[in-house]
Parts: sequence; structure tokens; C-alpha cells
Amino acid sequence: MIKAMRRTVAAFAALTLLGFGGTAGAQQVVKIGAVYPLSGNSASTGNYAKMAFEMGADIINNGNAELAKVMPLAKGGGLPGLKGAKIQMVIADNQGTPAAGQNQALRLITEEKVAALICCYQSGITLTASAVAERYGIPFLNAESVAANLTERGFKWFFRTTPVAADFAKAYSTFLNEQKTAGRKVDSIAIVHENTEYGNSVSSVLADAFGKAKLPVTQKIAYSANSTDVQPQVLQLKEKNPDVVIFISYTSDAILYAKTMKELNWKPAILIADDGGFNDPAFVKAMGSVTEGLISRSVFASGKPGSVAAILDDLYKKKTGGDGLDDVSARVLQAFFVMAEAINKAGSTDPAKIRDALRAVEMKPEQLVAGYDGVKFDDKGQNVQASTLITQMRNGNYVSVWPKARATHELILPYKGW
Amino acid sequence: MSMTLVQVVVSGLLLGAVYALFSSGLTLIWGMMNVVNFAHGDFVMLGMYTAVMIWTALGGGPWASVPAAAMLIATLGIASYFLLVRHIMRGPMLAQILGTFGLALFLRYGALWTFGANFKTLPDDLVGHSFILAGIRFEGARVLAGVVGLAVTLALHLLLTRTAIGSRMLAVSEDATAAQLMGIRPQRMQALAWGMAGAATGIAGALIATFFYTSPTVGETLAIVAFVTVSFGGFGSVLGALVAGLIIGVVESLSAYLIGPVYKDVIVYILFVLVLWFRPQGLMGKA
Repeated sequence: MIKAMRRTVAAFAALTLLGFGGTAGAQQVVKIGAVYPLSGNSASTGNYAKMAFEMGADIINNGNAELAKVMPLAKGGGLPGLKGAKIQMVIADNQGTPAAGQNQALRLITEEKVAALICCYQSGITLTASAVAERYGIPFLNAESVAANLTERGFKWFFRTTPVAADFAKAYSTFLNEQKTAGRKVDSIAIVHENTEYGNSVSSVLADAFGKAKLPVTQKIAYSANSTDVQPQVLQLKEKNPDVVIFISYTSDAILYAKTMKELNWKPAILIADDGGFNDPAFVKAMGSVTEGLISRSVFASGKPGSVAAILDDLYKKKTGGDGLDDVSARVLQAFFVMAEAINKAGSTDPAKIRDALRAVEMKPEQLVAGYDGVKFDDKGQNVQASTLITQMRNGNYVSVWPKARATHELILPYKGW
Repeated sequence: MSMTLVQVVVSGLLLGAVYALFSSGLTLIWGMMNVVNFAHGDFVMLGMYTAVMIWTALGGGPWASVPAAAMLIATLGIASYFLLVRHIMRGPMLAQILGTFGLALFLRYGALWTFGANFKTLPDDLVGHSFILAGIRFEGARVLAGVVGLAVTLALHLLLTRTAIGSRMLAVSEDATAAQLMGIRPQRMQALAWGMAGAATGIAGALIATFFYTSPTVGETLAIVAFVTVSFGGFGSVLGALVAGLIIGVVESLSAYLIGPVYKDVIVYILFVLVLWFRPQGLMGKA
């Protein structure tokens, strides 16, 4: 033990002598780790997230004149709080499995020595990877995993910017009750969900919230996202013919369900696709007209020209060659800017200082790319100002239709599809 | 039996025929040379991408993409045989397993690099619209895949059991040295087996692409089904793969409909374990 310590101290001293340990170097680099699904079933989402990170780092390191007017960190030249240190994103592949996610988080912390982690898309992977960060005392910011239990573990290093299942559930039940008041039939609701952490937790929160709001859930179908065939499930739906169907799915299964519903020619009057796969640009592109009229939730709606959201949306389109920001990439980008802001305020790469800075973060809606009411974390690390919009697909784009105050388009029902 | 239940069974049968089609290549190679091709799922994946490419570049449907994929994947199979399999056959069992596994990863990540991670789909009216027959709904693409699946699998079976070339191939798999003494060139027969397996796999891929999504990792999802189908039906038996594919398709559909989709794999695997318990060689495998 002492020997190991002595060796570490010696190595550290050697590094300092060589100039690696200098804290005042003008070209210092801050490493931020990210562990996303770059392969596996959610690889397309992961790769869009990767582009969002690269774009975010590029904005802070090299600046963007238009954005600098509304966002101080976009002036270029790195983080002013760290004497112009540049941000380097170290992005690893979680392969869509909790084990790989955990290993990669460990590697980024111990070998790449990242100052903080942004991770991991899938709730099940966020669950395991954040435990590693907690053990090593590294700030862990989650951008998009919505499972409720993530912030209920008493972790000291865990933060989450995204709205969670309870927020969506509230939005959906208010929305559906409003439809009922407006004279639409909402007498039977089916919840169809994939059966890992994400689908299970979101569906149970939804069922609870609907129960409280006196909305009848008549059917619950759990399935595995790796299914090769979903015809029996669509036939189950067709037989019961519910007024509302809510899907909680990843991309590949979303494509299968959309294809199979068209094949068997069945559609509900209100089809809510709870984000996830249905918001993946790859899904929208692959399924074309079938998506017309889908209802989803999103934190992203490209706002007025000149707003942070609109500028970043244009930049992202250039980066991806045509695809604008969507719900996931906007949340990823938002988390990145929150982390950059915190590290800048901390003025250091010391994990404890970054954590304290995260705890003190306070951002206003006009500074944000995501449509939250702001960013401010509670004791559990949850962003209490996170909120969501309800959107509807029009000609290949999700536009906001609810709440009225932030809607850009009128809601059109029933679901059009094919 | 309610109409919906009939529909479920019909969907299961069509699905099973497709399972049989993409498993027949795997079982053929096993039967011929006792090699498990772990890259099988990725051969299917490349067949699917061939169909996607032919549609995006030329606007061609399955009439163009099925022959193209058959030729392309057959070439890939023969190339894999001469460049990789022939050499690792001489090594220990572990080298054979890891060799084709390495090929699988190479193809998968090669596809990820070439085509990107995005999901691609073909337009769903490419094979014609769905039609209703006696109250049962049939989807053009699935019917085509199922019928071709049955035809190709049966043709492979007949070729192996009823023709001179089939007898020569089986002779090589029984005893390569003895076959050589009889004037048969084992390497040529084995290369032929890889070519035929590749062609069947390519056809399967091009047909599956008409109703499934295509992505670089889709082979992983499909390969598991192929391995189960092949060991269920008996390693090396093409007819076994056909029967097993149909059984698995129907059992999967029925259990997903009647009990619940999360339990369907449990039911299929219980059945699978039971079959192997009583018949370790599979339904139609040689003991």
C-alpha cells in the first residue's frame, strides 16, 4: 500500500517536472468523458449524440460569433475560468449493454483521467456506469435517462438535467384529459413498452399517473427490444382496439411496430410515441409517411431565429449534413453546456470543485438549447426546472402542439399515418 | 378458433419459413465440414444491404436484388473459404471458432464504417400491397419471403440428397480422404458448399430487407435465431432447419399472442432444451 503510494507520488513528481502537471499552461486541456451507444441497437442515436458533443466542444474551443451574443462561453478560446483551457471530449462506446457501459466508465476515469462524465443514454447503463463514478468521486451528469430511481439512490456525484418519467406522465395525463373535455374518446389506453429499465419504469409511472387522473389503462404489453417479430402484439392491439396507444420503445423496435401496424392495417385515434426510438431521425427517415400525426414529447422545438435553440439547430444541420437537433441530441448538447458552465465556474479540473459548481448552477430558459424552464439541481441531483413539450409529426418534423402557451402548431387528430 | 388466432398462426408460419431460409446456409456448412460459421448473421446483413443499395441506386426491387445478393454473398462465401476457413481448418477447434467470429466482427464493423449506424428500410409497397384471403391478411413482402424460403430450402435439400453433385459433397463430408481416392476434389466441394450457403443466405437477406429494418448490427439479432433453428433441427440437416424454423415461428407467435411477448423466448427455449434432452442431435440430425 505504502509502496504503491510512494510510486504514485514519484510518478506524479516526474510528470510535474516534465510539465504535464502544470495547472497554468495556456493550452491546458479539460477532458470530459462520454459513454454512449456507438454500436448495438441504439447506435444511430449514439452517433447523433457524438456529433452534438463534438459540435459543443468546437463552439467552446473555437467560438461562434452569432452565438457569443447570447452565450458567453461561445466566444471561443476555451474556458475563460481555466485560463483558456480547451475542452477535449473522450467518447466511448457502451455497446448498448450495462456491463460494457460500466467498463468504459471505469476506463475513462482511471486511464483517460477525465474530469467529469456525461453518460449514457439507456437508463439501465446509466444505472451501472454512475455507480463507478460515485465510487471514484467523479461528477456524473446524465442528459437523457428518465428512469425515476436513478436519483433515488442517495448518490453524491450524480446529476440529471432531463425531465423524468413523472414530468412526462403529468404532461400526458393533462393533455389526454383536455382531449376528453374537447369531446374525444379516451375510454381505453394501451401501454406498449420494451422491458428493460427504461420501458418498465416509464410504463409504471405512466400507469400510476393515469390511474390518479382517472384515465383507464386497459392493456399493458411488455416486449423485448431485440424482437425479430411483433405481429402477435399488433394483433392483440387490433383485437382490443384501444382509443389511445402509448409506445415506449427504442429505434429498431419502433420501426418494427410502425411497419407491422401498417401491414396489418390498424391504427388508434391517438398514437403517442413516448420519445425514444420514435424521435430518432433514423426512424423518421426510414418510416416516411407512416409517422405523420404521431404524438410525442420533446424538449426541443427550434424557436425564433436568433435564439440559442435556432442557432444551434442550424449549426447541427451543417454538422450532420441535414438532420436538425432532436429531443435526444438537444438534451445531450444541453448537458454538455451545463457541464462546461460548471467546470468554467469551478475554475479547476478538481472533481469536488466541479461537483460544487454543478450544485450551484442556475441557468435561465433563454440561455438553453433544450426547452426547459431552466437548470437548477435539487439535493438529489435532479434538475427541478426540467419540463417537456408535447409535439406532433408534420411532414417529417416534430412541431410543438402543447401546452398552448408554447405551441407553434394546432393539434390534428385522429392520427393520420398511412 | 378465432380469426385472430388463425392470423397469428399464419404469421408464424411465414416467419418460420424465413427463419428456415436464413438458417439453411448455416446448417449446410456445418453438415459439410463441421465448421460453425459465426459470421452467418453478418452474411445475412450484407445480403440486406445489397437489397438496400440496389433500391437506392437503381430503384430495383427484389427481382433485381435477390439474384444480385445471391451472387455477391456466394462470392463472399467462396472467398471466405479460400482466404480464411481453408487455413483455420488445419488449426485447433478454438482457432476455427475464433476465426469465423473474427470475420463476423470484421464484416459488422466494416458495414458500420461504410454504411453508418443508421437504420435503413425499403419502401413497404416494393413487393406489392397486402391482400386479404379468407379473412386473413397477407403482406406481399412476407408471403414472397416465405414462399421463396420454402422453395430454396427444399431445393437445397433435394440437391444434397438426389443429385450426383450432392452425393459428392456428402462423400467429402463423410470422409475427405476416401472421397479424394474416388476422384473427388474435397476443396472444390467445400468451396461449392460455402458458395451455395452464401447464395441461400444472400437470398434470405435480400428478402428479409423488404419487411425488416437494415442496420450493421441486425446480423446479431438474426444469428441467434439461426443458431437455435439449426441446433433444434439438427446440425447439418437442411430439412431439419425447415421443420424447426416452422415450429419456432409458430410457437413464438402463439406464445407471444396468448401468453405475452416477454415469455415467448422462454417457451421457445424450453422447447429447445426438451428437444436436445431427448434428441441431442436435434430433430433430424445424424446421431
